[in-house]
Amino acid sequence: MEIAVISGKGGTGKSSISAAFATLQKEVVLADCDVDAANLYLLFNPVCEEEQIVISGQKAVINQDKCIACGECIDYCRFDAIIKKDDKVSIVETFCDGCLLCSRICPQDAIDIIDEDKSRIYAGSFKNGKMVYGRLAPGEENTGKIVSKVREKAKQIAKEFGIKTIIIDGPPGIGCSAISAIIGVDSVVVVTEPTLSGLHDLKRTLEITTSSNLQTSVIINKCDINPEMSSKIEAYCNQKHIEVIGKLPFEPLVVEAMVKCQSITDFAPDAEISKLIGNIYSKIRATT
Amino acid sequence: MRNLIVKIAIASGKGGTGKTFISTNLFNVLQKQEMNLALVDCDAEEPNAKLFLTEGKLKNTYEVNQKVPVVDESKCTYCGKCAEYCNYNAIFFLKEAKVINVLEDLCHGCGACSVACSYSAISEKNNLLGYVNTFEFSPKSALIEARIKVGVYSSVNVIKAAIKKASDFNLVLFDAPPGTGCPFIQTVVQADYVVLVTEPTPYGLSDLKQSIETLKGMNKSYGVIINKAGLGDEKIYDYLNKENIPLLMSVPFDKNIAVSYSKGELLTDLNSEWEEKFSQLYNTIREEYGNSSN
Repeated sequence: MEIAVISGKGGTGKSSISAAFATLQKEVVLADCDVDAANLYLLFNPVCEEEQIVISGQKAVINQDKCIACGECIDYCRFDAIIKKDDKVSIVETFCDGCLLCSRICPQDAIDIIDEDKSRIYAGSFKNGKMVYGRLAPGEENTGKIVSKVREKAKQIAKEFGIKTIIIDGPPGIGCSAISAIIGVDSVVVVTEPTLSGLHDLKRTLEITTSSNLQTSVIINKCDINPEMSSKIEAYCNQKHIEVIGKLPFEPLVVEAMVKCQSITDFAPDAEISKLIGNIYSKIRATT
Repeated sequence: MRNLIVKIAIASGKGGTGKTFISTNLFNVLQKQEMNLALVDCDAEEPNAKLFLTEGKLKNTYEVNQKVPVVDESKCTYCGKCAEYCNYNAIFFLKEAKVINVLEDLCHGCGACSVACSYSAISEKNNLLGYVNTFEFSPKSALIEARIKVGVYSSVNVIKAAIKKASDFNLVLFDAPPGTGCPFIQTVVQADYVVLVTEPTPYGLSDLKQSIETLKGMNKSYGVIINKAGLGDEKIYDYLNKENIPLLMSVPFDKNIAVSYSKGELLTDLNSEWEEKFSQLYNTIREEYGNSSN
């Protein structure tokens, strides 16, 4: 079973809650799919057992020995990635989308394609099971692809070790990396906060999960920051027939636990907040 | 010192550290000083700046489209060259069964398939990716919002279009998308100076390091704002000292600030002390940029 924790808006407490879920589950594969800001390895310090290269994409590079600066490629490139300056044609790496069209049409065969191969995914063990996480190399871009690879690896490990639960810590936003993190999961948990931005982003996130027919529930974190906004969010979810599966107060202990590199439920198992998170997790297990 | 900074990106690796809080307050203060400026909300997946900058009047909405191929099966010979040219696996093709389908979600609109086709069987249509909304505050200042349509995979084209719309302003602020992936890169690549907003927690520090690594590779100059100071630990200060990275401003963790943010209020409207601090922030950024580009 795959449970994905996402948020739309960043900084709502998604990773702290995924970390708590992962330590409440005795045996788990934890997949950190927030690949351009992966953090859970800091908490669990997994013993790395496997490193895998991910080809995140491709880039075109001009071979200046062959290029006659005819500029034909410039007309074909739709990403404005090719420029001509002082009779020299060159490719702006940041804008190149890796479509390869320029290399296909170049009459001089002067454009080479190189793989972007610096991004990695890692798999290892931590105290509650296995962990998979990705690392986007600086300057490489295809996060959606790396997210898919992290999930693929997590599933493979789950099968290999007979582990039944996969918890996915997803990225913020609603673009390709967020979509890649939730496609086909059994349960999506959206963590939001009672702010205008939180509600705005939640609405867009729920549009994605409902249009993909995913079993979805919502946690309102830091609910006491603005109780009125919390009620608004609850009313919105009710209207959309989406369950608010729990509300959590702002709790400085959560930050303290992070500093001590522990999940909140390990750091303060008897604290009210840990009990609340425990209840939420049991409910998710029961409804999935 | 250089004359005028043209483009300042406000960014962060970790989400929710306060990018929008900083960029909307900075815009608010400078706008009141009647500067000629635009704030571009480049967080096209979840654009929030307008929630705080309520006074702007919608001036125009511009649609951003992408070309996607349409296959005319009466002309298609099922040669498969288009599928071979497509580097995004967006053309699903079975030769024997004569099946050809365009998977529009995967298409990047590069046009390679049209070039590949020798039988004029591929034409193109426009698919809506999102909108660029311009809100005017005065004849001299505007908020330009990039907003993808829900369900669209990549925000890059919409971000680029929004940034293009801001080219007539003397000063442009970008509220950047979180992370270090394509949306972040396509935003900061256009900036002269990057302000990284972080928080003093292990997550904040780890993500800050990753952002800085990316910016170094792009030869960008940058400084840091620590938000929610007092939460977490001191390690981030040690890091900034050691790496000689300028700390541009520090905003304490304060429940009152969090509450006013939750309601969509601007701190610089509520509190003249903060208005002064944000005004000073702009001067600090200009100085830092001047130093780094000498």
